[in-house]
Amino acid sequence: MSRPAPSAPARVTPGNAPVKGQTSALVGARLPKWAPYGSAVGAAAIAVLLKLLLDWTGWYTTFFSGAVIFVGILTGWSFSVEGRRRAKDRFATTLIYTSFVCAIVPLVLILSYIAVKGLPLFSPDYFLKSMNGVTSRQEGGGVYAALVGTLIIVGIATVIALPIGIFTAIYLVEYGRGKFARTVTFFVDVMTGVPSIVAGLFVYTFLLLGFGMRPFGAAGAIALAILMVPVSVRASEEMLKLVPRDLREASYALGVPKWRTILKVVLPTALSGLITASLLAVARVAGETAPLILLVGYTARINFNPFAGDMATLPMMVWDQLGKRAGTTSNDITEARAWGAALTLVLLVLILNVGARLLAKLFQPKAR
Amino acid sequence: MASATDNDPTRDDRFELAAQGVPGALPIGDVQPDAEDARAAGGLTPDGRPAEGGISGTSVRLGDKVFKGLAAGSGALLLVVMAAIAIFLIWKAIPAFTANNAGNLLTTQSWNPQADPPLFGMAAVFFGTVMSSFIALVIGVPIAIGIALFISNYASRKAATTLGAMVDLLAAVPSLVFGMWGLYFLIPNTQGFQQWLSVYFGWIPIFGNDTATTASQFGKSLLIAGIVLAIMIIPIVSAVCREVFLQVPRETIDAAWALGATKWEMIRTAVLPFGRAGIISAAMLGLGRALGETIAVALVLNSGFVINWHITEPGGDTFASTIALKFGESGGNPVAIAALIAAGLFLFVITLLVNSIARIVIARRKDFTA
Repeated sequence: MSRPAPSAPARVTPGNAPVKGQTSALVGARLPKWAPYGSAVGAAAIAVLLKLLLDWTGWYTTFFSGAVIFVGILTGWSFSVEGRRRAKDRFATTLIYTSFVCAIVPLVLILSYIAVKGLPLFSPDYFLKSMNGVTSRQEGGGVYAALVGTLIIVGIATVIALPIGIFTAIYLVEYGRGKFARTVTFFVDVMTGVPSIVAGLFVYTFLLLGFGMRPFGAAGAIALAILMVPVSVRASEEMLKLVPRDLREASYALGVPKWRTILKVVLPTALSGLITASLLAVARVAGETAPLILLVGYTARINFNPFAGDMATLPMMVWDQLGKRAGTTSNDITEARAWGAALTLVLLVLILNVGARLLAKLFQPKAR
Repeated sequence: MASATDNDPTRDDRFELAAQGVPGALPIGDVQPDAEDARAAGGLTPDGRPAEGGISGTSVRLGDKVFKGLAAGSGALLLVVMAAIAIFLIWKAIPAFTANNAGNLLTTQSWNPQADPPLFGMAAVFFGTVMSSFIALVIGVPIAIGIALFISNYASRKAATTLGAMVDLLAAVPSLVFGMWGLYFLIPNTQGFQQWLSVYFGWIPIFGNDTATTASQFGKSLLIAGIVLAIMIIPIVSAVCREVFLQVPRETIDAAWALGATKWEMIRTAVLPFGRAGIISAAMLGLGRALGETIAVALVLNSGFVINWHITEPGGDTFASTIALKFGESGGNPVAIAALIAAGLFLFVITLLVNSIARIVIARRKDFTA
């Protein structure tokens, strides 16, 4: 929950309404409200001037030096007027805003770049055709087999992982006492850090080497499930912990058994969180490529049987079209197809994410 | 007295239900179960005494037994899987250790397990993994903390929800897409930056570049891999930090305000100390993800199998990228497969260590169940 923090703590002090040309005895000197904007304009002007004077070639340099000059101007100005503490505050505020921009910029860049690259391929045909018989010099083909393959494999993984994940979370939150619970918590955390390729290698050694099987879809699903379980446990655990203890105690006080309390009180209260957590866990593994390289392989033909034969999946289709699977080189046509498949994958994941949030809103208990 | 296992099928169901504590089993004003009914239905208090009226919330019931069994069983399954991962990786990696390796498994900077005799070692791979993850942490964690602070303390409540969702969206982008973006967008657009770094900061050894002379020769370097990894770990690190920062007790924050602290002073004295364990745990989570990241790294790095401290020079490999890239080439060669499994085992052990250390640090944090 975020709190409506006052924009400046100075407002807490009574009687310091900023009257022009008059400083309150209780508050030290302040920069005018437009100070950050003024500094920004000044910094931009200096940066552009520097670019012209020093013959910088790129706008990147101008932009970044402008940013540095802005921080310098604002902090220096604040230091001279407001003193050391406020200057520090302004400096930290600027850095925190900057870091946020640092996260949004790549997001926007990535999504817009992939949309620009992938959208031209989108047509009904692209979603209704597979890659069978389409050579690397040939246009056409589509993501049909790969899309359905991804849905099948992720679906199987979800069916395996979610019950295990949620039940483990219930154990840890509701029953977990003593050594066993501590061990489980510890290994859930360790398992969160298991890299996807290691999970893939494990299933590879276990199923494919151990039983001498050929790659097949469900093997990939098992690896994805191994990746999903700890994410699901951790997220569900957090959600269950957020359920107020009062609710549980009220239920016990009414004589409701523990398991019914969990089913009827704890889980419904945490439902929105659990759904969000689960869908996010699904979205997290839907784009995994590494285990599929080892376990599912790739085929241009349509194979929707997860228990026999290579299957096409979206990540592997990208991998294949980029020429990484067979070690061949890619060309413009295959790269375009790779972007199309990647955009499909991103859209799938985004739909899962947005769906998770919408459902979470829908199921949100009204008391909160 | 009747034992806990006593189960008389002729008993009135309503009584039994009521004795197990099910509300509404008996209408109000109807007969109430007495102690005898409760005992016969198996109602026991936690210390083993028979329940007096079957209304104790912790008494052992069949439903509770089944439910607890399911829950604990799921937990046990996790432990079994973890053990199985370790056992199978060790078992199947043995040929790599016993192979007639022309080099040393630990110190050789080469990867040629199909050769006769096979020549492969983990040194370069280990270096690339650690270096790229380290760069990712150095860049990513401060930014992630900044984002978490922004969302928890600076943005308005409404904006915070939206912005938080946007950052989470970044976490949802598949690693493959990060890799493609890094390869086709980031590398061409940062060649100038890499050159600038090596020209003006080349006196710091790691930024030096002895091979490239023009901007176009810069590119698939460990630095870029680190930047891509940093972008990838930011969402997870900031999400964990944000959760912790939002749980800072209101009283602590108000106390800081009341003492006349500026916003930054409030954050430094109230928010950051409270969130320290959370920050460490978040950074470790990010580290774990960066260490094991496969596809993105495999796409943006130029395989070379040499230890190169110059992070702006092209080249570098990580455990995960090696497995992904060399798997297709191994062609069923048992030593080659075993070598890759050994690489996986090393990676597994490293991530295990990182996570274990993180756990021990976090163990000091008190449990906060509201």
